[in-house]
Amino acid sequence: MKNHFKQAIGHLVSCQDVSRLLSQAQDAPITPFQRVKVGWHLAVCRMCRTFEKQMRFVQEAMRRYRE
Amino acid sequence: MAADFLRELEVQRGYLLRVARLQLRDTALAEDVVQDTLMAALSAQAGFTGKSSVKTWLTGILKHKIVDAIRRKQREPVAASSLDDEADLEDFEGLFKENGSWQAPPAEWGDPEQALNRRQFFDMMDFCLEKLPPNTARVFMMREVMELESDEICKELAITANNLWVILYRARMSLRECLELNWFAGGKRA
Repeated sequence: MKNHFKQAIGHLVSCQDVSRLLSQAQDAPITPFQRVKVGWHLAVCRMCRTFEKQMRFVQEAMRRYRE
Repeated sequence: MAADFLRELEVQRGYLLRVARLQLRDTALAEDVVQDTLMAALSAQAGFTGKSSVKTWLTGILKHKIVDAIRRKQREPVAASSLDDEADLEDFEGLFKENGSWQAPPAEWGDPEQALNRRQFFDMMDFCLEKLPPNTARVFMMREVMELESDEICKELAITANNLWVILYRARMSLRECLELNWFAGGKRA
């Protein structure tokens, strides 16, 4: 059951799509639909959760860098 | 005391030069811009309330000087095609399978926030930022250091929002990869 669900989410938005949307969200609002897709994907994809943590860290590092 | 204030400003010269060089890709111009910035700051000493740090305040002045320098330097906006060339050089397609999922899981970085307390980490940031191709670095600096909004950058460089987002994506992915390889390698360091 879980695999089919994960697969369905994967078809809706891939890890690559999520990586792009997470970056884009830092620069301009993404649509509510995009946000929902990303949220669903992160809920079922540990790899992207790890990636998201990395991206948040990079963002924080740049914030400190400019200070 | 003006002399004390000048000393405080001078301390920031190295940092300002790094930012200006990454932005302008022209050492001589960067030096001029930083000099102008410090001179402007000195004249504006009365206006410095101390609410923000000297570094933050100077970065604000530097931002305007850099934008002016870029405007003066190019009547021609950055050609979108040259940005595409840079974008082609970084192939993040390789990180993902055909179906868009990760080739290899992103590594656990442990407790990366520790790194932010180490000066060597910011030296590594310099190293990774220097590796960015020139136009990518410029755009990334405009967004992340000068904190210009997307539409301001697009207007300044005459590129579309999509161009911009692709460039910033590649910059962040490149930075992430460089930090992973050189700092967090094997999750050994924090």
